[in-house]
Amino acid sequence: MSSLAVNDQPAATATSTKVIQPAWVRILHWTNAVAMVLMIMSGWQIYNASPLFGFTFSKSITLGGWLGGALLWHFAAMWLLMVNGTVYLILGLATGRFRKKLLPITPEGVIADTRAALTGKLSHADLTKYNYVQKLLYAGIIVVGILIVLSGLAIWKPVQLQYLTALFGGYEAARYVHFFCMAAIVAFMVVHVALALLVPKSLRAMIIGR
Amino acid sequence: MGRLRSLLIPGVDKQLLVRDATRVMPDLARRRFIAGGASLGALTLLTGCDVSDSFSAESMLTRISKFNDAVQAAMFNPNTLAPTFPESAITKPFPFNAYYALDDAPTIDGKEWKLEVRGLVDNKKSWTLEELYQLPQVKQVTRHICVEGWSAIGSWTGTPLRDFLKIIGADTRAKYCWFQCADVDGYNSPLDMASALHPQTQMTFKFGDEILPRAYGFPMKIRVPTKLGFKNPKYVVSMEVTNDYKGGFWEDQGYNSFSGS
Repeated sequence: MSSLAVNDQPAATATSTKVIQPAWVRILHWTNAVAMVLMIMSGWQIYNASPLFGFTFSKSITLGGWLGGALLWHFAAMWLLMVNGTVYLILGLATGRFRKKLLPITPEGVIADTRAALTGKLSHADLTKYNYVQKLLYAGIIVVGILIVLSGLAIWKPVQLQYLTALFGGYEAARYVHFFCMAAIVAFMVVHVALALLVPKSLRAMIIGR
Repeated sequence: MGRLRSLLIPGVDKQLLVRDATRVMPDLARRRFIAGGASLGALTLLTGCDVSDSFSAESMLTRISKFNDAVQAAMFNPNTLAPTFPESAITKPFPFNAYYALDDAPTIDGKEWKLEVRGLVDNKKSWTLEELYQLPQVKQVTRHICVEGWSAIGSWTGTPLRDFLKIIGADTRAKYCWFQCADVDGYNSPLDMASALHPQTQMTFKFGDEILPRAYGFPMKIRVPTKLGFKNPKYVVSMEVTNDYKGGFWEDQGYNSFSGS
Protein backbone atom coordinates (compact mmCIF):
# COMPACT_ATOMS: atom_id res chain seq x y z
CA MET A 1 0.00 0.00 0.00
CA SER A 2 2.62 2.47 1.08
CA SER A 3 4.81 1.73 -1.90
CA LEU A 4 1.87 2.48 -4.17
CA ALA A 5 1.39 5.88 -2.59
CA VAL A 6 5.08 6.64 -2.96
CA ASN A 7 4.97 5.66 -6.60
CA ASP A 8 1.92 7.82 -7.24
CA GLN A 9 3.38 11.04 -5.96
CA PRO A 10 6.11 11.75 -8.54
CA ALA A 11 3.65 11.02 -11.31
CA ALA A 12 1.18 13.53 -9.92
CA THR A 13 3.81 16.27 -9.60
CA ALA A 14 5.04 15.53 -13.09
CA THR A 15 1.59 16.27 -14.60
CA SER A 16 0.98 19.29 -12.40
CA THR A 17 4.27 20.94 -13.37
CA LYS A 18 3.41 20.39 -17.01
CA VAL A 19 0.34 22.63 -16.76
CA ILE A 20 1.53 26.09 -17.82
CA GLN A 21 -1.83 27.86 -18.04
CA PRO A 22 -4.56 26.55 -15.72
CA ALA A 23 -8.05 26.13 -17.16
CA TRP A 24 -9.50 29.24 -15.50
CA VAL A 25 -6.77 31.41 -17.04
CA ARG A 26 -7.40 29.93 -20.49
CA ILE A 27 -11.19 30.37 -20.32
CA LEU A 28 -10.92 33.95 -19.05
CA HIS A 29 -8.17 34.76 -21.57
CA TRP A 30 -10.19 33.74 -24.63
CA THR A 31 -13.40 35.25 -23.31
CA ASN A 32 -11.49 38.47 -22.80
CA ALA A 33 -10.07 38.23 -26.32
CA VAL A 34 -13.60 38.01 -27.78
CA ALA A 35 -14.91 40.83 -25.56
CA MET A 36 -11.93 43.07 -26.39
CA VAL A 37 -12.29 42.59 -30.14
CA LEU A 38 -16.04 43.35 -29.96
CA MET A 39 -15.40 46.41 -27.78
CA ILE A 40 -12.61 47.77 -29.98
CA MET A 41 -14.37 47.23 -33.32
CA SER A 42 -17.65 48.74 -32.10
CA GLY A 43 -15.67 51.47 -30.35
CA TRP A 44 -14.06 52.46 -33.64
CA GLN A 45 -17.51 52.84 -35.20
CA ILE A 46 -18.61 55.02 -32.27
CA TYR A 47 -15.41 57.08 -32.63
CA ASN A 48 -16.25 57.66 -36.32
CA ALA A 49 -19.49 59.47 -35.33
CA SER A 50 -17.43 62.26 -33.77
CA PRO A 51 -13.69 61.74 -34.36
CA LEU A 52 -11.24 63.14 -31.80
CA PHE A 53 -8.49 63.32 -34.40
CA GLY A 54 -8.23 63.95 -38.12
CA PHE A 55 -8.95 60.36 -39.16
CA THR A 56 -11.70 57.76 -39.03
CA PHE A 57 -11.54 53.97 -38.96
CA SER A 58 -12.33 52.10 -42.16
CA LYS A 59 -15.84 50.68 -42.13
CA SER A 60 -14.41 47.30 -43.07
CA ILE A 61 -12.88 46.92 -39.61
CA THR A 62 -15.73 48.35 -37.53
CA LEU A 63 -18.72 46.59 -35.98
CA GLY A 64 -22.35 47.65 -35.92
CA GLY A 65 -22.84 49.24 -39.34
CA TRP A 66 -23.79 52.63 -37.92
CA LEU A 67 -23.58 54.50 -34.61
CA GLY A 68 -26.75 52.98 -33.14
CA GLY A 69 -25.69 49.43 -33.98
CA ALA A 70 -22.18 50.01 -32.67
CA LEU A 71 -23.56 51.37 -29.39
CA LEU A 72 -25.73 48.26 -28.99
CA TRP A 73 -22.67 46.04 -29.46
CA HIS A 74 -20.49 48.21 -27.21
CA PHE A 75 -22.98 48.28 -24.32
CA ALA A 76 -23.62 44.54 -24.66
CA ALA A 77 -19.98 43.44 -24.88
CA MET A 78 -19.12 45.71 -21.94
CA TRP A 79 -20.89 43.26 -19.61
CA LEU A 80 -18.82 40.37 -20.93
CA LEU A 81 -15.65 42.44 -20.55
CA MET A 82 -16.47 43.69 -17.06
CA VAL A 83 -17.73 40.42 -15.58
CA ASN A 84 -14.89 38.43 -17.12
CA GLY A 85 -12.32 41.04 -16.09
CA THR A 86 -13.61 41.20 -12.53
CA VAL A 87 -13.45 37.40 -12.17
CA TYR A 88 -9.89 37.53 -13.55
CA LEU A 89 -8.80 40.19 -11.06
CA ILE A 90 -10.38 38.34 -8.13
CA LEU A 91 -8.87 34.96 -9.08
CA GLY A 92 -5.51 36.54 -9.98
CA LEU A 93 -5.29 38.10 -6.54
CA ALA A 94 -6.87 35.23 -4.59
CA THR A 95 -4.76 32.44 -6.12
CA GLY A 96 -1.58 34.52 -5.82
CA ARG A 97 -1.03 34.19 -9.58
CA PHE A 98 -0.41 37.92 -10.04
CA ARG A 99 2.14 37.96 -7.21
CA LYS A 100 3.89 34.77 -8.32
CA LYS A 101 3.90 35.47 -12.06
CA LEU A 102 4.15 39.23 -12.34
CA LEU A 103 6.19 40.30 -9.32
CA PRO A 104 8.77 41.55 -8.68
CA ILE A 105 9.37 43.89 -11.62
CA THR A 106 12.78 45.54 -11.35
CA PRO A 107 14.16 48.19 -13.75
CA GLU A 108 17.45 46.25 -14.01
CA GLY A 109 15.59 43.09 -14.92
CA VAL A 110 13.50 44.85 -17.55
CA ILE A 111 16.59 46.49 -19.10
CA ALA A 112 18.57 43.25 -19.13
CA ASP A 113 15.71 41.23 -20.64
CA THR A 114 14.94 43.90 -23.24
CA ARG A 115 18.56 43.80 -24.32
CA ALA A 116 18.49 39.99 -24.39
CA ALA A 117 15.28 40.03 -26.44
CA LEU A 118 16.66 42.49 -28.99
CA THR A 119 19.86 40.47 -29.43
CA GLY A 120 17.91 37.23 -29.72
CA LYS A 121 19.30 35.76 -26.51
CA LEU A 122 16.06 35.59 -24.52
CA SER A 123 15.24 32.04 -23.44
CA HIS A 124 11.80 30.53 -23.86
CA ALA A 125 12.79 27.22 -22.33
CA ASP A 126 10.55 27.58 -19.27
CA LEU A 127 7.15 28.99 -20.23
CA THR A 128 5.93 28.89 -16.63
CA LYS A 129 8.20 31.83 -15.79
CA TYR A 130 7.69 35.22 -17.37
CA ASN A 131 10.75 37.32 -18.20
CA TYR A 132 10.86 40.91 -16.97
CA VAL A 133 9.58 42.39 -20.22
CA GLN A 134 6.58 40.05 -20.10
CA LYS A 135 5.99 40.87 -16.43
CA LEU A 136 6.01 44.60 -17.19
CA LEU A 137 3.71 44.29 -20.21
CA TYR A 138 1.25 41.89 -18.58
CA ALA A 139 1.05 43.96 -15.39
CA GLY A 140 0.82 47.15 -17.48
CA ILE A 141 -2.02 45.85 -19.67
CA ILE A 142 -4.02 44.91 -16.55
CA VAL A 143 -3.70 48.52 -15.37
CA VAL A 144 -4.72 49.80 -18.83
CA GLY A 145 -7.66 47.38 -18.79
CA ILE A 146 -8.87 48.81 -15.50
CA LEU A 147 -8.36 52.37 -16.80
CA ILE A 148 -10.31 51.78 -20.02
CA VAL A 149 -13.28 50.41 -18.07
CA LEU A 150 -13.22 53.28 -15.57
CA SER A 151 -12.85 55.96 -18.27
CA GLY A 152 -15.64 54.25 -20.21
CA LEU A 153 -17.91 54.44 -17.16
CA ALA A 154 -16.92 58.11 -16.77
CA ILE A 155 -18.06 58.83 -20.35
CA TRP A 156 -21.22 56.71 -20.04
CA LYS A 157 -22.38 58.24 -16.74
CA PRO A 158 -20.90 61.76 -16.39
CA VAL A 159 -23.81 62.78 -14.14
CA GLN A 160 -24.45 59.72 -11.96
CA LEU A 161 -20.71 58.96 -11.70
CA GLN A 162 -19.56 62.59 -11.88
CA TYR A 163 -16.82 62.13 -9.29
CA LEU A 164 -15.27 59.43 -11.43
CA THR A 165 -15.58 61.70 -14.49
CA ALA A 166 -13.94 64.55 -12.54
CA LEU A 167 -11.10 62.19 -11.61
CA PHE A 168 -10.28 61.87 -15.31
CA GLY A 169 -10.35 65.66 -15.70
CA GLY A 170 -13.93 65.95 -16.93
CA TYR A 171 -16.04 64.45 -19.72
CA GLU A 172 -13.92 65.57 -22.67
CA ALA A 173 -10.63 64.51 -21.04
CA ALA A 174 -12.13 61.10 -20.20
CA ARG A 175 -12.87 60.57 -23.91
CA TYR A 176 -9.17 61.02 -24.68
CA VAL A 177 -8.12 58.70 -21.83
CA HIS A 178 -10.55 56.09 -23.19
CA PHE A 179 -9.11 56.48 -26.70
CA PHE A 180 -5.46 56.23 -25.64
CA CYS A 181 -6.18 53.16 -23.50
CA MET A 182 -7.69 51.58 -26.63
CA ALA A 183 -4.57 52.53 -28.60
CA ALA A 184 -2.37 50.95 -25.89
CA ILE A 185 -4.42 47.74 -25.93
CA VAL A 186 -4.30 47.52 -29.73
CA ALA A 187 -0.51 48.05 -29.68
CA PHE A 188 -0.22 45.38 -26.98
CA MET A 189 -2.36 42.98 -29.01
CA VAL A 190 -0.20 43.42 -32.13
CA VAL A 191 2.99 42.56 -30.20
CA HIS A 192 1.26 39.87 -28.13
CA VAL A 193 -0.19 38.03 -31.13
CA ALA A 194 3.05 38.36 -33.13
CA LEU A 195 5.12 36.89 -30.30
CA ALA A 196 2.61 34.11 -29.63
CA LEU A 197 2.93 33.09 -33.29
CA LEU A 198 6.73 33.29 -33.07
CA VAL A 199 6.74 30.98 -30.04
CA PRO A 200 3.91 28.58 -30.96
CA LYS A 201 4.26 26.46 -27.81
CA SER A 202 3.13 29.51 -25.79
CA LEU A 203 -0.01 29.66 -27.94
CA ARG A 204 -0.51 25.93 -27.44
CA ALA A 205 -0.19 26.39 -23.68
CA MET A 206 -2.95 29.02 -23.76
CA ILE A 207 -5.21 26.64 -25.69
CA ILE A 208 -4.64 23.19 -24.14
CA GLY A 209 -2.79 24.24 -21.02
CA ARG A 210 0.50 22.41 -21.66
CA MET B 1 -32.34 19.33 -58.04
CA GLY B 2 -31.27 17.15 -55.11
CA ARG B 3 -29.27 20.02 -53.70
CA LEU B 4 -32.16 22.42 -54.12
CA ARG B 5 -34.56 20.07 -52.37
CA SER B 6 -32.25 19.89 -49.33
CA LEU B 7 -32.65 23.65 -48.92
CA LEU B 8 -36.40 23.33 -48.53
CA ILE B 9 -37.96 22.70 -45.17
CA PRO B 10 -40.34 19.75 -45.32
CA GLY B 11 -43.98 20.65 -44.77
CA VAL B 12 -43.46 24.40 -45.20
CA ASP B 13 -45.07 26.35 -48.02
CA LYS B 14 -42.29 28.39 -49.61
CA GLN B 15 -44.46 31.34 -50.55
CA LEU B 16 -46.08 31.55 -47.14
CA LEU B 17 -42.67 31.34 -45.53
CA VAL B 18 -41.31 34.18 -47.65
CA ARG B 19 -44.39 36.28 -46.91
CA ASP B 20 -44.03 35.69 -43.16
CA ALA B 21 -40.32 36.40 -43.30
CA THR B 22 -40.87 39.70 -45.08
CA ARG B 23 -43.40 40.66 -42.46
CA VAL B 24 -41.04 40.06 -39.53
CA MET B 25 -38.25 41.80 -41.39
CA PRO B 26 -37.67 45.26 -39.91
CA ASP B 27 -37.94 48.34 -42.06
CA LEU B 28 -34.45 48.60 -43.50
CA ALA B 29 -34.14 52.35 -43.24
CA ARG B 30 -35.04 52.30 -39.56
CA ARG B 31 -32.99 49.26 -38.63
CA ARG B 32 -29.70 49.98 -40.27
CA PHE B 33 -27.73 48.32 -37.48
CA ILE B 34 -28.62 44.96 -38.87
CA ALA B 35 -26.06 45.57 -41.63
CA GLY B 36 -23.22 45.24 -39.17
CA GLY B 37 -24.82 42.71 -36.92
CA ALA B 38 -25.76 40.46 -39.80
CA SER B 39 -22.63 38.34 -39.59
CA LEU B 40 -23.77 36.62 -36.40
CA GLY B 41 -27.30 36.37 -37.77
CA ALA B 42 -25.92 34.82 -40.94
CA LEU B 43 -23.99 32.31 -38.83
CA THR B 44 -27.18 31.10 -37.18
CA LEU B 45 -28.70 30.74 -40.67
CA LEU B 46 -25.80 28.56 -41.73
CA THR B 47 -26.28 26.30 -38.74
CA GLY B 48 -29.77 25.57 -40.01
CA CYS B 49 -31.88 27.35 -37.42
CA ASP B 50 -35.35 28.41 -38.50
CA VAL B 51 -36.14 31.75 -40.08
CA SER B 52 -37.06 33.62 -36.91
CA ASP B 53 -33.66 32.69 -35.43
CA SER B 54 -31.82 34.44 -38.23
CA PHE B 55 -32.25 37.75 -36.44
CA SER B 56 -31.02 36.42 -33.12
CA ALA B 57 -28.00 38.76 -32.99
CA GLU B 58 -30.33 41.71 -33.34
CA SER B 59 -32.87 40.42 -30.81
CA MET B 60 -30.09 39.59 -28.36
CA LEU B 61 -28.71 43.14 -28.66
CA THR B 62 -32.20 44.60 -28.26
CA ARG B 63 -32.78 42.51 -25.13
CA ILE B 64 -29.48 43.63 -23.61
CA SER B 65 -30.36 47.24 -24.44
CA LYS B 66 -33.62 46.81 -22.51
CA PHE B 67 -31.65 45.32 -19.63
CA ASN B 68 -29.39 48.38 -19.83
CA ASP B 69 -32.49 50.59 -19.57
CA ALA B 70 -33.29 48.89 -16.26
CA VAL B 71 -29.70 49.16 -15.03
CA GLN B 72 -29.63 52.87 -15.82
CA ALA B 73 -33.02 53.47 -14.19
CA ALA B 74 -31.61 51.80 -11.06
CA MET B 75 -28.45 53.92 -11.26
CA PHE B 76 -30.47 57.11 -11.69
CA ASN B 77 -30.48 59.10 -8.47
CA PRO B 78 -33.28 61.72 -8.52
CA ASN B 79 -31.22 63.92 -6.19
CA THR B 80 -28.00 63.85 -8.20
CA LEU B 81 -27.68 67.10 -10.12
CA ALA B 82 -25.85 67.43 -13.41
CA PRO B 83 -22.68 69.49 -12.90
CA THR B 84 -23.19 73.20 -13.59
CA PHE B 85 -20.64 75.58 -15.08
CA PRO B 86 -19.82 79.31 -15.00
CA GLU B 87 -21.16 81.38 -17.91
CA SER B 88 -17.57 81.76 -19.14
CA ALA B 89 -17.53 78.03 -19.91
CA ILE B 90 -20.40 78.27 -22.44
CA THR B 91 -19.44 76.86 -25.84
CA LYS B 92 -19.55 79.55 -28.54
CA PRO B 93 -20.91 79.08 -31.06
CA PHE B 94 -23.14 76.38 -29.63
CA PRO B 95 -23.55 73.73 -32.36
CA PHE B 96 -26.80 73.26 -34.27
CA ASN B 97 -27.50 69.54 -34.45
CA ALA B 98 -30.26 67.56 -36.13
CA TYR B 99 -30.81 64.83 -38.71
CA TYR B 100 -31.53 67.62 -41.24
CA ALA B 101 -29.90 70.89 -42.29
CA LEU B 102 -30.69 74.12 -40.44
CA ASP B 103 -32.68 75.30 -43.48
CA ASP B 104 -35.09 72.42 -42.89
CA ALA B 105 -35.62 73.23 -39.22
CA PRO B 106 -39.27 73.96 -38.39
CA THR B 107 -40.34 77.60 -38.62
CA ILE B 108 -43.01 78.08 -35.98
CA ASP B 109 -45.19 81.12 -35.50
CA GLY B 110 -45.08 81.79 -31.76
CA LYS B 111 -48.48 83.47 -31.86
CA GLU B 112 -50.17 80.47 -33.48
CA TRP B 113 -48.31 77.75 -31.60
CA LYS B 114 -49.93 75.94 -28.68
CA LEU B 115 -48.61 73.21 -26.44
CA GLU B 116 -51.12 70.39 -26.48
CA VAL B 117 -51.41 68.38 -23.24
CA ARG B 118 -52.84 64.85 -23.36
CA GLY B 119 -53.11 61.65 -21.38
CA LEU B 120 -53.17 61.15 -17.62
CA VAL B 121 -53.63 64.79 -16.59
CA ASP B 122 -56.47 66.60 -14.82
CA ASN B 123 -56.38 69.65 -17.08
CA LYS B 124 -56.00 68.96 -20.79
CA LYS B 125 -56.13 72.61 -21.82
CA SER B 126 -53.64 73.70 -24.48
CA TRP B 127 -51.11 76.36 -23.52
CA THR B 128 -50.15 79.41 -25.58
CA LEU B 129 -46.58 80.63 -25.50
CA GLU B 130 -47.73 83.77 -23.70
CA GLU B 131 -49.30 81.69 -20.93
CA LEU B 132 -46.21 79.52 -20.58
CA TYR B 133 -43.97 82.63 -20.37
CA GLN B 134 -45.93 83.65 -17.23
CA LEU B 135 -44.63 80.61 -15.29
CA PRO B 136 -41.57 81.01 -13.05
CA GLN B 137 -38.29 80.28 -14.84
CA VAL B 138 -34.85 79.17 -13.74
CA LYS B 139 -31.53 79.18 -15.59
CA GLN B 140 -29.02 76.38 -15.87
CA VAL B 141 -25.55 76.21 -17.44
CA THR B 142 -24.97 72.53 -18.11
CA ARG B 143 -23.20 70.20 -20.49
CA HIS B 144 -25.14 68.87 -23.45
CA ILE B 145 -23.71 65.46 -24.42
CA CYS B 146 -24.53 64.05 -27.83
CA VAL B 147 -24.92 60.32 -28.45
CA GLU B 148 -22.17 60.81 -31.04
CA GLY B 149 -19.70 61.64 -28.28
CA TRP B 150 -19.19 65.40 -28.63
CA SER B 151 -20.36 67.77 -25.94
CA ALA B 152 -21.03 71.48 -25.56
CA ILE B 153 -21.88 73.69 -22.60
CA GLY B 154 -24.96 75.88 -22.96
CA SER B 155 -27.23 78.17 -20.97
CA TRP B 156 -30.91 77.23 -20.86
CA THR B 157 -33.71 79.07 -19.09
CA GLY B 158 -37.23 77.85 -18.52
CA THR B 159 -39.81 76.27 -16.24
CA PRO B 160 -38.94 73.08 -14.36
CA LEU B 161 -41.06 70.37 -15.98
CA ARG B 162 -42.07 69.01 -12.57
CA ASP B 163 -43.68 72.38 -11.72
CA PHE B 164 -45.69 72.26 -14.94
CA LEU B 165 -46.70 68.63 -14.31
CA LYS B 166 -48.02 69.75 -10.93
CA ILE B 167 -49.95 72.67 -12.45
CA ILE B 168 -51.70 70.47 -15.01
CA GLY B 169 -52.43 67.80 -12.40
CA ALA B 170 -50.40 65.07 -14.11
CA ASP B 171 -50.46 61.57 -12.67
CA THR B 172 -46.77 61.39 -11.76
CA ARG B 173 -47.12 57.66 -11.07
CA ALA B 174 -47.43 57.24 -14.85
CA LYS B 175 -44.37 55.83 -16.58
CA TYR B 176 -43.66 58.39 -19.28
CA CYS B 177 -43.99 61.89 -20.59
CA TRP B 178 -44.11 61.42 -24.34
CA PHE B 179 -43.16 64.43 -26.45
CA GLN B 180 -44.07 65.08 -30.05
CA CYS B 181 -42.32 67.68 -32.16
CA ALA B 182 -42.70 69.71 -35.33
CA ASP B 183 -39.50 68.43 -37.00
CA VAL B 184 -39.70 67.07 -40.54
CA ASP B 185 -40.65 63.37 -40.37
CA GLY B 186 -42.19 63.98 -36.93
CA TYR B 187 -39.69 63.72 -34.13
CA ASN B 188 -40.87 62.21 -30.85
CA SER B 189 -39.30 60.82 -27.70
CA PRO B 190 -40.42 59.24 -24.44
CA LEU B 191 -39.05 60.50 -21.13
CA ASP B 192 -39.30 58.26 -18.07
CA MET B 193 -41.24 59.89 -15.22
CA ALA B 194 -38.30 59.83 -12.76
CA SER B 195 -36.23 61.90 -15.20
CA ALA B 196 -39.22 64.15 -15.99
CA LEU B 197 -39.48 64.96 -12.27
CA HIS B 198 -35.74 65.64 -11.90
CA PRO B 199 -35.21 69.21 -10.60
CA GLN B 200 -33.08 70.20 -13.62
CA THR B 201 -35.47 68.87 -16.27
CA GLN B 202 -36.84 71.97 -17.90
CA MET B 203 -39.33 73.33 -20.43
CA THR B 204 -36.84 75.64 -22.07
CA PHE B 205 -37.83 79.00 -23.55
CA LYS B 206 -34.48 80.81 -23.64
CA PHE B 207 -30.96 80.02 -24.74
CA GLY B 208 -28.18 82.31 -23.49
CA ASP B 209 -30.80 84.68 -22.00
CA GLU B 210 -32.39 85.22 -25.44
CA ILE B 211 -35.70 83.81 -26.67
CA LEU B 212 -34.89 80.29 -27.87
CA PRO B 213 -33.70 80.69 -31.47
CA ARG B 214 -35.10 78.53 -34.26
CA ALA B 215 -31.87 76.54 -34.43
CA TYR B 216 -32.20 75.41 -30.83
CA GLY B 217 -35.89 74.56 -30.87
CA PHE B 218 -38.20 77.63 -30.87
CA PRO B 219 -40.64 77.96 -29.27
CA MET B 220 -39.94 75.24 -26.66
CA LYS B 221 -37.49 72.45 -26.09
CA ILE B 222 -37.23 70.00 -23.21
CA ARG B 223 -33.83 70.27 -21.59
CA VAL B 224 -32.82 67.10 -19.72
CA PRO B 225 -29.22 67.46 -18.54
CA THR B 226 -29.28 63.90 -17.16
CA LYS B 227 -29.88 62.49 -20.66
CA LEU B 228 -28.09 62.37 -24.00
CA GLY B 229 -28.94 65.14 -26.47
CA PHE B 230 -31.45 63.17 -28.55
CA LYS B 231 -33.60 62.79 -25.40
CA ASN B 232 -33.87 66.63 -25.33
CA PRO B 233 -36.63 67.22 -27.92
CA LYS B 234 -36.89 70.59 -29.71
CA TYR B 235 -39.89 72.28 -31.42
CA VAL B 236 -42.19 70.46 -28.98
CA VAL B 237 -45.89 70.62 -29.93
CA SER B 238 -47.46 68.18 -27.50
CA MET B 239 -46.90 66.23 -24.33
CA GLU B 240 -48.71 63.06 -23.35
CA VAL B 241 -48.54 61.59 -19.85
CA THR B 242 -48.86 57.87 -20.38
CA ASN B 243 -48.11 54.38 -19.07
CA ASP B 244 -47.50 53.11 -22.59
CA TYR B 245 -44.10 52.99 -24.19
CA LYS B 246 -44.78 54.76 -27.47
CA GLY B 247 -41.27 54.69 -28.88
CA GLY B 248 -39.29 57.54 -30.31
CA PHE B 249 -37.64 58.72 -33.51
CA TRP B 250 -34.14 57.51 -32.58
CA GLU B 251 -35.17 54.96 -29.96
CA ASP B 252 -37.04 52.97 -32.65
CA GLN B 253 -33.88 52.86 -34.75
CA GLY B 254 -31.81 51.32 -31.99
CA TYR B 255 -30.51 54.06 -29.73
CA ASN B 256 -30.82 52.97 -26.11
CA SER B 257 -34.11 54.30 -24.81
CA PHE B 258 -33.02 55.39 -21.34
CA SER B 259 -29.75 56.96 -22.53
CA GLY B 260 -29.04 58.56 -19.17
CA SER B 261 -25.85 60.45 -18.42
